[in-house]
Amino acid sequence: MGIQFRTETFRDDFTFRNSPEHIRRFPFPFHEDSYMYAVNIEPHVPGPKGSVLENLIDVDEHYVSEMADRALVLAEDPLRCQSLPHMTLAGWDLLELLMTEQAKGYPEHFTLTRDGDNWHWINRPLGIDQKFVFGDLSTLPYGPMEYITRQSQGDFCILDQRDGNLWMDAGIVTTQADWSLDFDIGMNFFEWHAPVPLAHEKGVFTRALKFLLNIQQGQPARRLNWTMTINPRLDTSPENFHKWGPDRTTVTPENVGQKVHLRVELQSFWRLPRSNAMVFPIRCYLIKMDELATSKKWARRLHRVLRDLPEELATYKGLTRYRPTVVEWLAKHDDGAPTSSGFGPD
Amino acid sequence: MPIEPTIKSRPVYGTLSPQPGTDHLFIADAEGAEAILDLAKSAPPGFFDAAEIVFIPRASGDGYLAALHALKPARFYEGPSIGAALPRLKQTFATAHMGLRLYLSGTEGLIGQAMQAALDAGIDHSSIQTEHRGSLARRVQCVHCKGVTEDVTTQPVTCSHCGLLLLVRDHYSRRLAAFQGVCINAEDQSEKVPVEEVFR
Amino acid sequence: MSAGTTKLDVTVADVVPVNELVTRFHFRPTNGGHLPTFSGGAHVVVEMREHEGATPRLNPYSLMSSPLNTAEYTISVRRDDVGRGGSLFMHRQVKPGDRMVISYPVNLFSLDLRAKKHLMIAGGIGITPFMAQTAQLASSSGNFELHYACRTASLFTYGDVLAERYGKRIHLYHDDRGEKIELARLLASQPLGTHLYICGPAPMIDWVRNTAAASGWPSETVHYEHFSAPKPGLPFDVTLAVSDKKIRVGEQQSLLEAIEAAGVDPPYLCRGGVCGQCETNVISSDGKFLHNDHWLSEEEHRSGKKIMPCVSRFEGRSLVLER
Repeated sequence: MGIQFRTETFRDDFTFRNSPEHIRRFPFPFHEDSYMYAVNIEPHVPGPKGSVLENLIDVDEHYVSEMADRALVLAEDPLRCQSLPHMTLAGWDLLELLMTEQAKGYPEHFTLTRDGDNWHWINRPLGIDQKFVFGDLSTLPYGPMEYITRQSQGDFCILDQRDGNLWMDAGIVTTQADWSLDFDIGMNFFEWHAPVPLAHEKGVFTRALKFLLNIQQGQPARRLNWTMTINPRLDTSPENFHKWGPDRTTVTPENVGQKVHLRVELQSFWRLPRSNAMVFPIRCYLIKMDELATSKKWARRLHRVLRDLPEELATYKGLTRYRPTVVEWLAKHDDGAPTSSGFGPD
Repeated sequence: MPIEPTIKSRPVYGTLSPQPGTDHLFIADAEGAEAILDLAKSAPPGFFDAAEIVFIPRASGDGYLAALHALKPARFYEGPSIGAALPRLKQTFATAHMGLRLYLSGTEGLIGQAMQAALDAGIDHSSIQTEHRGSLARRVQCVHCKGVTEDVTTQPVTCSHCGLLLLVRDHYSRRLAAFQGVCINAEDQSEKVPVEEVFR
Repeated sequence: MSAGTTKLDVTVADVVPVNELVTRFHFRPTNGGHLPTFSGGAHVVVEMREHEGATPRLNPYSLMSSPLNTAEYTISVRRDDVGRGGSLFMHRQVKPGDRMVISYPVNLFSLDLRAKKHLMIAGGIGITPFMAQTAQLASSSGNFELHYACRTASLFTYGDVLAERYGKRIHLYHDDRGEKIELARLLASQPLGTHLYICGPAPMIDWVRNTAAASGWPSETVHYEHFSAPKPGLPFDVTLAVSDKKIRVGEQQSLLEAIEAAGVDPPYLCRGGVCGQCETNVISSDGKFLHNDHWLSEEEHRSGKKIMPCVSRFEGRSLVLER
């Protein structure tokens, strides 16, 4: 058994799609018919079987293809993966976390054997069999953070904690929603969130930081964030904005269903044991409007959310140019019926 | 003219004031000299005996040289650009002890680049005194090609490396000592955007 | 989520007297396996129960074993004959084989790994977090130097162990021989990028912090930890406005313990006046606050608007808290 990994692309011919089972497990981010930026943080505990929360580090049918896309991005631009010198220990912490969680959640695909500092890691989907000494840089082909995140879905930001703040001092970011690790590395929590509109005034980040600073070992937390992307492109980086930005002009009433994607980030927050740093895995899930509309509730609700979204947020998320076309398309799927509360499809 | 804080990553500068310490290093360009001279008025006697001044006059700073010399710092260096002074600064940091305090004044480009060298030496940015004086011209890093364009006064600006038309954001990186420039007409590069002189 | 952190069930593997005042305790996981990895400077909160079903007393102790060793944790407890009895309980009642409950490790005294060099200054039992931090740094070729002062050679807890492990990097100062840390000279000779860590009695922490500040050390480079023990005092009455309860804080009880005994659970991580979790708003008061924490600012202490119930007390006619 195990996961049937798809072979697909997130660029050029864009062959990405979700299988019907995957559509049902999509982490739809709106629990009501409207949206405002908020501190929607909750404990990161395992969720229902079959959901993206079944395992705390989720691996899905897009794993192999996403890792291939990451390798392409890194070959083009190595600055997407950086670690300031004091963050190596945190990199080992992350390696332990990801190997342990992936082996625990998917024993048919990953195996980790530990004998003191002598570790043996087997990653069957990617055909990797690696023996190494934990803590010894010379025994891995990359630094510990890069090594394991080339084998883990999602972006990863590692935050150093000091002076009552969190500092983004390491990370690998190849599937980002338009922010630059190379530019933001070394910034504190308020600085790297500086471009987000409306939220600072509402004290959102002050409260969120207070919560995050107190996250303890063994008690991870999570939140969902969202935006929209034209074409199933993972690498929507500012670095390449001039290459993917024009996609936003290509949306027509006829192609909304295939071209426009809701992009949901499952962000989780973990205390790392040796370094006392934190890691924020940012896991990206994409769904086409055609796929989303297979749930009547989701289509109705997304229509209402997008239609009523404050202009500042629409601008920040880069939706301005194509929002009317998408709202019009979704309107056809909204019969005005009430939606049930909660995230799941009806 | 004080700089208005816009977003949380945009640096806000203060007013130089004497700090407790065993050594004092001043780095300034052009009108930044005035900030040092103002600090001197409230400095305790003998303060400049343990001080070094690194001064880059640029086009408008020659008039301050005499007054700075009159402070009788232990060491005085005058150089043509901050870039030329950086090797000397790095050497100073490499051999310095705790108790060295840093005072940066003048243009944002000078403050940013001197701070960048200090951060590499292990000085925490929040312990550095800064005061903005003179031009508001910005150092801008093109997020696309990573090249830095110096002394940017217009919005938008053409990247001096790759030629893309860049929106100069207030988002600022201490590590790069630069504001972020992002292609302003990426969605449709045939769009014409008016260019205005805004950072003077 | 519980009020503190996740709990660990442990068994006392060994109890080792170190000298006339200090005893070391070794904990192993009751269900076998490994304990969570931690970082140097972390502490655990130990639950002490006089008997089955009794309300536990909770004290924080720094982990002093190597963070690389997850087979067991060790703590060292200095006997305090005039305190509220937590250390006496550990010394007199805890025996090998006993089952105990401790919290997950929490680090409020973390190394700043950006430092080019780590300069550590310890006094007395304040040595314990440095035992773990030096082990962590030594294993990663970290640059550190430890200066450790104690009253007499016989009370020099782990002085010999450290000297043997790290040689010239360890400097010991005996008070009874008139040896003193030459602090001003020591601070002035440190390379740029050094970070300073202090753990010991409150007057020593104040002395080092003040000297460092006057020598031009920025506050970001100076780290210290001092858990206050809750002090016994006169009993006092408190009204908990949110939960609508009236409670009495006993002579040997902390305000936090009294609030918990009434069934109200404020969050906590350290119970020593450091972490800030149990900070509580004062709705009204008529009397005098006895603040013992290191969390609130002096201004907040004077304002009478906030109290840290883990270590601070009150004397007077009435106190109403937002709990």
